[in-house]
Amino acid sequence: MEITERSLWTLVHGMGFGALYLLASSGALVELYRRYSPNGPGPVSETDEQFLKVYLVVMAVLAWLAVLSGAYLIYPWYRAVAPAGTANLAAFPQRLLLSHPATSEWHSIGMEWKEHVAWLTPISITMAAAVVVRYGRNLRHHPQLRGAVLGFTLVSFVAAGIAGFFGAMLNKNAPVEGGRTVGVLHGETH
Amino acid sequence: MKTRANLDSSTGAEVTNGSGAAAILAAGIGSFFLGVLSIAADKSAFLKDMFRFYGPTGPLSGVTTTAILIWLLVWGILEWRWRKRTVAVARVCAAALVLLGLSLLLTFPPVGDLL
Repeated sequence: MEITERSLWTLVHGMGFGALYLLASSGALVELYRRYSPNGPGPVSETDEQFLKVYLVVMAVLAWLAVLSGAYLIYPWYRAVAPAGTANLAAFPQRLLLSHPATSEWHSIGMEWKEHVAWLTPISITMAAAVVVRYGRNLRHHPQLRGAVLGFTLVSFVAAGIAGFFGAMLNKNAPVEGGRTVGVLHGETH
Repeated sequence: MKTRANLDSSTGAEVTNGSGAAAILAAGIGSFFLGVLSIAADKSAFLKDMFRFYGPTGPLSGVTTTAILIWLLVWGILEWRWRKRTVAVARVCAAALVLLGLSLLLTFPPVGDLL
């Protein structure tokens, strides 16, 4: 099994940072909704408080890694300009998508939305992490702050979901490929 | 009188809502600027060129960096002004969530094309 260097980084960006973020979102939403509700089940222990603080900080780190790797590593490969007269556009995903009417909107709507909406995620979750670190279990006594944190966390999940969906579809229609080949697994042929 | 709502559970010290409100409103403003700047860079050739902070990433680099700087600057100012205060948090949170909702709309390309 082999994979190109660019494809590997695309996997790290999408399946690593992005998918992990999406998985983590549900846990954060449930914890903020149930445990930190003014009518939540029992008092929030110090251990639970520390857990949510670390959990949200890790989510913020994942969100920043996802957008930074996307914007500064993969996006330049995606939008590379093909030299004049290039017939095979496989190494130029944006150009490949725009060359066919059936695929051009994956770029003009999909990528154009994804590249901007994704940044709402780190902004929102960094704020959520900062508020939870600052207030901890006292957030229960500030229902409006908790409500806003919950709203921003939900929007960060939606934004990450939009970015993830279009990232997967873009990579399906015009994969980011190239660079040296990396051997992943070696097996015997039967 | 100090109520349970504004006393720290572990230290008993007063906890104002200003710091949280500052973080929430700043996130709303930063997100809104992200939406506005993404449309501005799309509409204006001058801004598109100006936001090309890092060539290989193009205008996206400038749009996002500027929005993040605005967010952090607003957060710093609001934190400095509000950290020891109790503010009208319901209005602040409502404004922040409206700005966040608008930013979600503004980043959607067909909405930007209508403006």
